[in-house]
Amino acid sequence: MLRDLWYALDDFLRTLGQLLIFFLRLVANSPSILFRRAGLVVKQVYNAGALSLVIIMVSGFFVGGVLGLQGFSILSKFNAEDSIGTFAAFSLLKELGPVVTALLFAGRAGTALASEIGLMKATDQLSAMEMMATNPLRRVLVPRFLGGVISMPMLAAVFSVIGLFGAHLVGVNLLGVDQGAFWQQIQTTLELKDVYEGIFKSVVFGVVASLLAVWEGYNAVPTAEGVSRATTRSVVNSAIAVLILDFIITARFI
Amino acid sequence: MNDQSDNLIEIRNLNYSRGQRQIFKNLNITIAKGQVTAIMGPSGTGKTTLLRLITRELNPDSGTILVEGIDIAKLSQKDLYKLRKRMGMLFQNGALLTDISVFENVAFPLREHTRLPNRLIRHIVLTKLHAVGLRGAADMMPSELSGGMARRVALARAMVMDPAILIYDEPFVGLDPISMGVIVRLVRKMNDALGISSILVSHDVQEIATVADCSYLISDGKVAASGSPDELSNTRSDLVRQFMHGMADGPVAFHYSAPNYAEQLLGRDAE
Repeated sequence: MLRDLWYALDDFLRTLGQLLIFFLRLVANSPSILFRRAGLVVKQVYNAGALSLVIIMVSGFFVGGVLGLQGFSILSKFNAEDSIGTFAAFSLLKELGPVVTALLFAGRAGTALASEIGLMKATDQLSAMEMMATNPLRRVLVPRFLGGVISMPMLAAVFSVIGLFGAHLVGVNLLGVDQGAFWQQIQTTLELKDVYEGIFKSVVFGVVASLLAVWEGYNAVPTAEGVSRATTRSVVNSAIAVLILDFIITARFI
Repeated sequence: MNDQSDNLIEIRNLNYSRGQRQIFKNLNITIAKGQVTAIMGPSGTGKTTLLRLITRELNPDSGTILVEGIDIAKLSQKDLYKLRKRMGMLFQNGALLTDISVFENVAFPLREHTRLPNRLIRHIVLTKLHAVGLRGAADMMPSELSGGMARRVALARAMVMDPAILIYDEPFVGLDPISMGVIVRLVRKMNDALGISSILVSHDVQEIATVADCSYLISDGKVAASGSPDELSNTRSDLVRQFMHGMADGPVAFHYSAPNYAEQLLGRDAE
């Protein structure tokens, strides 16, 4: 029993070490790809970012709307429904924006990355590149990783903006909160530090979700079952990692 | 020294095992320059593995592989890539990159390794596609191609950098007779017209006989026989005869090793 636990821990630490080395290799190859093969990265920003816009915007709008409804029902108990703007802005910028975006990103873009890379491996495309003297890590993995890292903060920003719009629509236009109070409260309470926290989180989550997706795809067992497992694992692991890291970062910032 | 210049690839005392299974035991193979060399053997003898060893996608447990007199195990990644640029490899299923068109697939090595102007790249790619008869398919996506077409595109891609060595992994499997004939002629034509050396892994005895200058028959991790196709088909060895003539009975068992049939049916093997 104890021994099993030890083996599991040992296994986990080994994987973590390999993941770290893999991460460092990606980072080491990033600058040259970013500057010399920018076209590859742009294509992946489109794949991971632009194609995720719809799901991010729709989700953001409804999350914001729910914040408006919930905020109103709670805050009106204290006659503080004017603070609904602050309530929504804080929740979105610091928590929901980065976290929900990261979870959606893992589901939309992460799975696409993991399964695409896994299938490329299963159909010998990565071997073929290797045989054409092209390093697949540089040609395939780094652009996809960078595409995710670049897209994620922008998606989180879009999510927060649309969310705030949703909250405004519900709070001001539907429930009759004063529009001046809505914005003025946000302006006086929200500090730049809070915005930075949100940005910092979204960058970290972007790195983690992209890294795990690319890693799972690259290490997938090259069969139908293996690729499907890798895809699932990339979402599950990203979600867990994002939520744990969110706790740690929040604790650090307070 | 003299024979070194004639030999493209020399494999000396190669040992390789995967898990518990030893795939190659002291394998020795010499591949001559400018010829079509076939490597044959029953399924599962590790023919593809041998190709992956020659291109150093895998590393042997022991033994040396010399390509043009250079031990490839000692090459740095940079030099290995330099060598691979001079090798073209045709994968079993083509291994075309599925997210780009046929044209871009063939252009891929040029775009990666050269700074040629677009017009010249277009020129080269169309020439190579024409050689395999698929200039008209340049704008198609790999998913729209039939198996035979995909393999011909892969062949165009393999030779787009004008390699010195072309390696074919099972080029004849799963092709209709027409495509097969086309590929067979292409292999021969490519070899003679461009002065390259070809290595061919296959178990299609008839096709090998028409195209290969020299063939090796690998079985049980060793070279069971070698020589020209005529020499092979006239060999007395049971194993060679069984393989060349496709007989069910012989040294190579049709059945994978299993417990006694009757015993297993009666459920006695569990004991």
